[in-house]
Amino acid sequence: MDPIYQSLAAIVDTEHVSNRPEELYIYSFDLGTAEPHQPDYVVSPVTTEQIQEIVRLANRENIPVVPLGGGMSLAGLAVPLKGGILLDLKRMDRIIEVNEKARYAVLECGVSQGQLTSYLERHYPHLTHSEPGAPPAATIVGNVVIHGQGDLAQPYGFNSDMVNGLEVVLPTGEACRFGSCALGARWFTNHPLPDVGLFLGWCGATGIITKLSIRLLPAKRIRGVGRFVVDDEELVPEIMYKLTHTQMAEDIIAFSSAIPPFASMLQHFTVNIAADSEKELEMKQEIIWDDTLGEYIKKGDGAYLGFTRNLERPQISKTSDYKKGGGFEYVGSIMPIEKYPECYRKGREISERYNIPYTVTGRCIGAAHSMMFAWTYAFNRADPETINGARSALHETDRLVLELGGVIWKPGAYGQKLVLERLDPNTRELMKKIKGILDPKGIMNPGNWEIP
Amino acid sequence: MYDLIFDPDLCLHCRTQACLTKCQYIDIDGEAAQKEILKIARGEDSFVLHECATCYACEEYCTFGNHPFYLIAEKQEVLGISPVPRPLIRRAVNIGIPFRGQPEIKEINGPVLNIGAFSELKHLIQGKLFEGITPISTDERKMFHYFCQLMYLHYGRASVIKERLPGIIETIAKHKPMELICFHDECYGAYTSYCEAHGIDVPFKPIHFYEYLYNRLVELKGMIRPVSLKVAYQRPCSSRLSPDKHLFVGRIFDLIGAESVKREFVDENALCCAGAIEGQKLEGSRKRAAKQQQRNVEDMKNAGAQVCVFNCPACFQTLGEMVARNGIKPVHMSDLCRLAIGETPAGWR
Repeated sequence: MDPIYQSLAAIVDTEHVSNRPEELYIYSFDLGTAEPHQPDYVVSPVTTEQIQEIVRLANRENIPVVPLGGGMSLAGLAVPLKGGILLDLKRMDRIIEVNEKARYAVLECGVSQGQLTSYLERHYPHLTHSEPGAPPAATIVGNVVIHGQGDLAQPYGFNSDMVNGLEVVLPTGEACRFGSCALGARWFTNHPLPDVGLFLGWCGATGIITKLSIRLLPAKRIRGVGRFVVDDEELVPEIMYKLTHTQMAEDIIAFSSAIPPFASMLQHFTVNIAADSEKELEMKQEIIWDDTLGEYIKKGDGAYLGFTRNLERPQISKTSDYKKGGGFEYVGSIMPIEKYPECYRKGREISERYNIPYTVTGRCIGAAHSMMFAWTYAFNRADPETINGARSALHETDRLVLELGGVIWKPGAYGQKLVLERLDPNTRELMKKIKGILDPKGIMNPGNWEIP
Repeated sequence: MYDLIFDPDLCLHCRTQACLTKCQYIDIDGEAAQKEILKIARGEDSFVLHECATCYACEEYCTFGNHPFYLIAEKQEVLGISPVPRPLIRRAVNIGIPFRGQPEIKEINGPVLNIGAFSELKHLIQGKLFEGITPISTDERKMFHYFCQLMYLHYGRASVIKERLPGIIETIAKHKPMELICFHDECYGAYTSYCEAHGIDVPFKPIHFYEYLYNRLVELKGMIRPVSLKVAYQRPCSSRLSPDKHLFVGRIFDLIGAESVKREFVDENALCCAGAIEGQKLEGSRKRAAKQQQRNVEDMKNAGAQVCVFNCPACFQTLGEMVARNGIKPVHMSDLCRLAIGETPAGWR
């Protein structure tokens, strides 16, 4: 019997560790275009202590460890590029605490977006969290680790800005806490202790987040989506800027796509609006549609498309239907909103070059401080040629992001390489030192943020 | 291109000018109305072209069948006076473009029910009422091959209708329908009123959905148990293109034991759902639409309606949630009829 397998089984149990090929196969790929890589073991721990033991074992044996949440990044971030132990964290799914008055929740790392949403709707209907457009199985921690954004990004920013505290198992096996919880206090703030900031954006290459305190936000009784459309992409930045000035929206997204035809070569806005009363709702609608965007309607440059109650999550995944075989992946970027027109035009050019119907989306983050702009490419999972085409389009788009002066969001291996090539040398050196100190044997999610 | 058959002499000799004097959105007397409609017929600008709510009602008000609304829509396009902003027109024109391959054509040689561009609503044509009827356009991916295009009247784009409608008719005709039951008033209006007004040939016999429902209910009379509900009917704008079929609403209600509540905005005086108004360019359109919807729903409520009956999916989408919020259950006419013969529509409580 394999001694590593036996050691892992001793830490968890035989039901939650596997080295059977059919199970390893499932963990060898994600839903994007990344090449598959098989782990040697899959283990599903249920406590922080078990994770510590597994990491210590990996250190002793010099085996890579790759943490996996919902596996929804699409960028291959949890594909075990160098094999080793894949840590499937989904069993660690306890919502440990909801502090209603201080508006935060303490969660284990396997808690999914859908789980927290339904829990809050049932027990705390006046609280919500900033839910990304990802499927409900995506985890809260996974989204925070990649600096995700959700449907409250406009007033509150990145989800990683809403972290109140972390518990992390370091690559050498120690468990550390950050934020007020590090003093044994409640998990209510990540400030004002010295900033350590070593774990977000690293894709698990510096440690495994096991617990997280995330801010909860007021949930208004009525939440809905208003829609607006313009046919000139040059108008998008100024409209976003004006909308954020009203401070009346919860989420502002602009999008355009070749399919369905109604969206083609037009820029649609979805503007989420929330209110506790009909009076508040009408006041906000009046300010947004009549006072702020009325000038575009009057001139015939923009059109109001109505308001529907209840939220609809962005459905970029529908683009996977554009080609048979249901695959899609996107390049996300963090961009100044003024770049929207150029992002849109260049995105269409790239899509046309690879014969893929174009789909672009820009979500406003903060008061127009930036946007997450994404270019999505569909492919047929059963057709290597379309996969290669999509991969080439993705790589070209990674390069475009940097040419346009943006930052690639959750870059895969190719994008990370591009970023590291252009990164300020002193910053790169610091990152290398940090990684070396925290992970001296280089076992944590190797292939990600590796600095030669 | 097909030309609208419009006779200005009929307007000259009209004593009422009801097309405009009865309009619920424009305040005008008979004398001014005659001047304005003749100006429009001559291709001159008129405030009517700018303020038209595109509710289609003047098609019904005109007792001569002279098609004042088709005229207004045509002249809006010719004079570049679009009722809605440019991006909304582009969006709407794009909507009707089929993009998922060609439809599967099967020759039916019998009665056919055309769901048009509402394939996702095929659950509304199930049960005994529709036994023996072959539906077409049930595939959401192909439904725009069956889209009657009349929607473009709301956008001042009659040219799109004229360009595309003959092709749609050709596609339907390939199924060899003996009769074409039109799920939506708008399709029926397209293949009867609009085609007739423009000399477009229609090689099949269109049947109004309500006429079909009524006749089928008569066949199933033994199964009918009175629904005993107080109902308000949301009359769609497209029903103005076939006012002779509107009487089937009352006949169906009588047959199934639904009590049509006494209300102000009913029959000829019905208010449209205002879905087309809220997107218009005219300043204040969003608020005007909201106020009209409120008046409409208040009227239903005050009359004691328990149920609001829809035919038009767009009206349902625009008003359904609002009537529900006001304690009135929104229901499609076919579901109400199914209820009367002992079937339970999905979601009915």
